[in-house]
Amino acid sequence: MMAEAKHKVVSLTGNYAIAEAMRQINPDVVAAYPITPQSAIVEKFSGFVNNGLVDTEMVRVESEHSAMSACVGASMAGIRTMTATCSAGLALMWEIVGVASGLRCPIVMPIANRAISAPINIHCDHSDSMGARDLGWIQIYNETAQEAYENVFLALRLAEHPKVQLPVMVCEDGFITSHCVQNVKIFDDAVMKKFIGTRKPEFALLDLKNPITVGAIELQDYYFETKRQQQEAMENVPAAYLEIGKELSKITGSDYGFFQEYKTNDADAIILTMSSATGTARSVVDKMRAKGKKVGLIKLRLFRPFPYEAVAKALEGKKIVGVLDRSMSFGAHSPLFGEIRNAVYGMKDKPALQSYVFGLGGRDLLESHVEQVFEELLAGKTNDEIKYLGLREVSQ
Amino acid sequence: MAAGKDAFEIRIHGRGGQGAKSASQLIVEAALDQGKQIQAFPEYGPERTGAPMKTYARISDKPITTYEPVLEPDTVLVIDPTLIGQVDVTGGMHKDSVLIVNTTETPEEMKKKLGFSGRVYTVDATGISIKLLGRNVPNTPMIGALMKITGVIDVKYVEQRVEDMFLKKIGREKTDANINAIKTAYDEVKG
Amino acid sequence: MTAEKYPTKAQLAKKCSWKEIPMGGVITRAASALDNKTGSWRAFRPVIEEAKCINCSFCVTNCPDNAVPFKDGKRGKIDLEYCKGCGICASVCPVKCIKMEEETKFKK
Repeated sequence: MMAEAKHKVVSLTGNYAIAEAMRQINPDVVAAYPITPQSAIVEKFSGFVNNGLVDTEMVRVESEHSAMSACVGASMAGIRTMTATCSAGLALMWEIVGVASGLRCPIVMPIANRAISAPINIHCDHSDSMGARDLGWIQIYNETAQEAYENVFLALRLAEHPKVQLPVMVCEDGFITSHCVQNVKIFDDAVMKKFIGTRKPEFALLDLKNPITVGAIELQDYYFETKRQQQEAMENVPAAYLEIGKELSKITGSDYGFFQEYKTNDADAIILTMSSATGTARSVVDKMRAKGKKVGLIKLRLFRPFPYEAVAKALEGKKIVGVLDRSMSFGAHSPLFGEIRNAVYGMKDKPALQSYVFGLGGRDLLESHVEQVFEELLAGKTNDEIKYLGLREVSQ
Repeated sequence: MAAGKDAFEIRIHGRGGQGAKSASQLIVEAALDQGKQIQAFPEYGPERTGAPMKTYARISDKPITTYEPVLEPDTVLVIDPTLIGQVDVTGGMHKDSVLIVNTTETPEEMKKKLGFSGRVYTVDATGISIKLLGRNVPNTPMIGALMKITGVIDVKYVEQRVEDMFLKKIGREKTDANINAIKTAYDEVKG
Repeated sequence: MTAEKYPTKAQLAKKCSWKEIPMGGVITRAASALDNKTGSWRAFRPVIEEAKCINCSFCVTNCPDNAVPFKDGKRGKIDLEYCKGCGICASVCPVKCIKMEEETKFKK
């Protein structure tokens, strides 16, 4: 562990930890609409605005579509802009989510992951942000309130990196993390302020000496070229992510790899997870290791852009890997599983893979489920079908 | 705490709006001040006032990573006596677990009612609350009972947190009344 | 990205690669729309019967291409480099002094 900068340890929910990060960032504009389970971020931050702790222009919009529209306008004006949403809110802002990435707005948007209706459900799964995975945003998934707090800062720097200039979603699990009170280290205001610096936009609508046009029509003649640039920006993300992460770790002592490996070195079976499921799985790894079972865990943080090469390297020579998805791509491989399958393609010594789906609509992931997965993997049981955890196959 | 476990696990049964969530938060905040690793989270249903709900807390010397609901609690607090018979308050309890119920009944009567042979304690948190606070907010006195029976958190940290939470909002007199309610429950819990 | 304002006349004359254009489709040269001589699109030309005109300036404010000048309180001659012949001026004219005539008539 590296030395940590000055900080205080407090008890905060994921939402409040994110709101704290926003207070320290002090964005120029926040335009947001509350939606369960994200609401507490917006409520808490509104409090900061009203109590004069930040000088943010808080735009109280009438919908998420307007929230993202206001954010795009503010961001193109050249200033720091943030919002937050989830589920139906993300779905409603969909059109402008693509505009934000297409116009290269470095907006940071925390997401308290929640299921997509119908049936209506306020609880956690990843179907909201996974549905938006091809809209050109960077996506970082977080296990704890602490990780979410720290990654809001990383996201901001990454979004504004000259070679990137793309919006970022910082995802935490709705209720599970967003409403869970945990120990959180809040680093010194001045230290974090120094870390984020100021935004230096390449173009800005408010730069009156250099007038620009934003959002001009591009048809068959230029749209394709502009989209190719977005791909280039995404390809620049991994290096920038690691570079900024290195800098941030000097403050926090945390590591900011694309993923985190836990006891994988000699593991006979590995589970690959994202977000809060990792914590539960880690607890199981410890318990099974204590019984002499060689199991390990990989937590993926960066889902967009997807770090294929690094993941492939981590999985090379491993025997068997279970991939846990908290969302589905109906009629296709689940989002994370599909990417892992892509990552190992062409690998000489590739592991056997098994797709698991769990936790849709907030269904609890129990340690016994994870243990069951490890036992199946250790027994070498894989097939081409999705296995479901915690789903009733028969009435109980 | 059961053998082999790192965390002390608490489950609180209440009804929406009775402060079970605040109670779990107060418990872990006091534990945090004691230098512990903490976790508290409610089991949200559709978020209805009056509907039975549960909330969980974990306290540990080691980092807590699991997000699994508390399945085998070391202590169960029942904030609302009308839940007895309606929800399974003893579910998952092991031989060393403690059940603390807000009721005017004796521990023996409660054991009989629940058909439960484990450790049961009772305290009239509602009575204490009405007498000292002038209204029915049994969640804070229940923390006093928890401290007495389990010793998992120290009184002085809870007092400090109550001060931090209430002093600005409701003033000295009412804050002291809350602290007094906690202390009274601490003294009066039976079992 | 080019430090030069985009699009330059030279860039306009060709199709730029994705490496040469500013990100996000931003246009950094003000009034670059002037480079686009929309007058070449015209199939009908507005012809004003000067004697009937009451100088109300409706045609000036309604022209989508800003092709009807207005100076010192007076409407000027329609700028045919930019007038694309849409006919809005003729449509909004309260005294009907603008007629849309076939462009081919003037090409001879």
